[in-house]
Order: sequence, then structure tokens, then C-alpha cells
Amino acid sequence: MSPLALSFWIALNATILAVLVGLPIAWLLARRSLPGRDLLTVLVLLPMVLPPTVLGYGLLVLLGQGGVVGGWAEALGLGRIVFTRTAAVIAAFVASVPFLIRSAQAGFEQVDPTYQEAARTLGRSEIAIWLTVTLPLAWRAVLAGLALTFARAVGEFGATVMVAGSIPGRTRTGSVAIYDHVQAGRMDEAGMLALALVVAATGALLVLTRVGRGAGW
Amino acid sequence: MTLDVAIHSRVGGFELDVAFESSTNGITGLFGPSGAGKTLTLRHIAGLERADSGRIMLGDRELFDGAKGRHTPARERRIGLVFQEYALFPHLSVNGNIAYGLHGRHRDERARRVGELLELVGLEGYGERDPRSLSGGERQRVALARALAPRPELLLLDEPFAALDLRIREGLRDALSAIQRHTGVPMVLVTHALEDVRALAHALVLLDRGRVVATGPTRTLLDTPPSPEAALLIREP
Repeated sequence: MSPLALSFWIALNATILAVLVGLPIAWLLARRSLPGRDLLTVLVLLPMVLPPTVLGYGLLVLLGQGGVVGGWAEALGLGRIVFTRTAAVIAAFVASVPFLIRSAQAGFEQVDPTYQEAARTLGRSEIAIWLTVTLPLAWRAVLAGLALTFARAVGEFGATVMVAGSIPGRTRTGSVAIYDHVQAGRMDEAGMLALALVVAATGALLVLTRVGRGAGW
Repeated sequence: MTLDVAIHSRVGGFELDVAFESSTNGITGLFGPSGAGKTLTLRHIAGLERADSGRIMLGDRELFDGAKGRHTPARERRIGLVFQEYALFPHLSVNGNIAYGLHGRHRDERARRVGELLELVGLEGYGERDPRSLSGGERQRVALARALAPRPELLLLDEPFAALDLRIREGLRDALSAIQRHTGVPMVLVTHALEDVRALAHALVLLDRGRVVATGPTRTLLDTPPSPEAALLIREP
């Protein structure tokens, strides 16, 4: 896979993972009665403020052969995680999921709780209410969060290099390839890739802005 | 069937300490000035609030018992609630709103029930409409149909006429009274308007500052208030 295609493939998988893990967390955080809410909020924010190398180091410790997750995966016969595409997806996921959680949480909190109360008196369970009332009413914020998450995952560099390395065709994403090209003095190749990423990001942000304004596609 | 409420709760600076028993045939009015605790009492009956202590019974069903730590969640109470601003789901059509509480029913049965209710509230042909495009009176009737759809054992109405023009209130009061007689669903109506009480309620619970001031048949209470405090509450403005 070319570095750009690899970037998008990894970002897509990281975004799917973010939906599965991030949306339930956003839902929990939007409930004011949640115990330990402040601590969870801080944990969610950490990947946004820590240097990517700290995330990368943490992931190496966790996913490496002596690590908790790494050792467990190997025991299950799943093989090594570090320096694989899986590691790149996990790095992109960890770095980008806070964007989805923050945006979706804000969206869920803005839904008038009277709608949820009405749904309760109509006999619906909390999970059904989330799926049929909260999520549809907060879709704009969720979509904005998804776009930011995807864009951040495409641009992920620091943590990816540390846990996935730069193996051509396997883990060398667009942003990693730019770094390699510059290191090797291939400024033209670096420039082409950089331009492609700028164009892709501009497109994504334009769509995001229009959706946020309610202008639709 | 009787609704038996005896609860105590303190939230912030407000203390609610109400006890009343009402035969749930027809319409019972919960009447009092703003800040009397009418809406809060209704929310306790619906299961949207949990009291510090006390008991709520509907017939032989125990909905809340503070001493035993029992609290039936709102979704299991089979009590409908028409919210003051109606709270119609803005992302669903009129049909979608009315059908919302009919989950788990077969599609044909759901469609039939929605049709029945649209007819009951006089909104045939409105099914595909966006609730945001409706007038206040129409929204109120959709909210009524939605709350009645799952056949609740009791229907609570929170100031159902407060958001409406004076001119159309009378017609909607008549419609509500007819719907009550037609369905037989007992109703508890929260209002601060004496004309609502006079036109609709068979029995009355007078509330003020979180306490019950008097209870009894509407006519008796209005004609011969049992205390000076009660007389003051039902005085014509």
C-alpha cells in the first residue's frame, strides 16, 4: 500500500474503533451522576495534551512483548503487535479518540433531557433511548467529532513511529514517509505528500464547517 | 382504583411534603400557585424523581416505598405524562411520535393503534407532518395521543393549556374531557388556572408551598372551602 492509502486505511480503522469505544464513553460522561466523572474526563483529555512520544512510549510498554497486552496477545497466538499495522491503528486511535469523545459528549449534553424523560415514561430502556432519541438529536456534533477524529488519525506521527516504525508498504504512513523523505534529502517527494495531506485536510474541514453550520452536504 | 401518595423530599431549598389519596376515576386536579410543588409531585408519580421517604401506590401496585428502598423506574410504571411544552421528538413525524411507546408491537398493530389515536384526537391526515410545523393546540393533541398509545393505567398532564391561546383553551378542554370519558383512563391534571379545574376536575387537591392544603370533590371544595387558607387559594383573581 502506498503511504497515503495506508494513512487513510489506518485512519478509517482507528475511527471505527473510536466509534465503538468513544461513543459509549461520551454517553457516560454526558451523565452528570456518573461517579469518578472528573477523573475519566482527565484521562480522556490526556492524549490531547501529552507529547505523542509519551503516548508512543506508553503504548510500547503496553503492547510490547513483555507488556500486558502484548504478552496476552502472544499467549493467544495472535503474534507480535508492535511494528505491525495493528499497532499503527491503535496509536492513531489513542491519539484521535478524544476528539470524538469531547464533541459527542457536548452534543449529548445539549439534548434537552425532557425528551429522554418523555421516552422513559413511554416505557423505553436507557439504551433504546440513547439510540432512538439522544444519538439522532446529537448527530451533528457526533459527525463533527468523527471528521476531527479521522483527520487527526490521518495526521498521526509521533506515537505511530514509536510503536509501528516505518516499514515501507506496511506501517510507513503519509506523515511518517514525509519525515523519512526529508531525512534522506528527497524534498520533492516530501513536498508532494505534504501537499496531498493538506488538500485532504482542507476538504475534510470544509465539509465539517458546512455540516456544523447546518448547510448539509 | 386509587392513587395514594405520601412523600417527603428536599431538593435544594424546596421541601415537598405531600399526602393525598384520590379515586382515579375521571380527572383529579392538582391546583395551586407557581412554586406550590405541583409539577414536582407529578414527576414523583411518574417516577422521574425519587423521594427521600414515603410511599406511592396505584391500586395495589407499589410504585415507591422509601422504607423498603423500592422505586419502580418510570419505564415500568405504565403512567403516561403530557409535558408542559409537550416534548414532542423533533426528529420524528407525528406518526413516529405516537408510535414511540408502541415498541415491540407488530408493525400492523402499531399502525392501527396510531390511526385510532389520530382519530381520537381529531388529527386524521396529520401522521406524516413534522411536529414543529403544528400549532400549539395540535401539538398538545399529538402529545396526548403519544402518552395514551401504550394504554397507560394513569395519565398525568402538566399544565396542558398553559402554552395555548385563551381563545382555543375552551375547545381543547372539551376535547380532553371527551377523550377522558371515551378512553376511561384516569387523569391527574396539574394547573394553576381555576377555570381548568372547574371545567374538568371531579376531585381536587389544593397545594401550596410544597404541602397539601385541602382535598375533596371539586364542587364542595370550591363552594365551601374547609379553611381560610384554602379559601385564599381558590379566590377569583
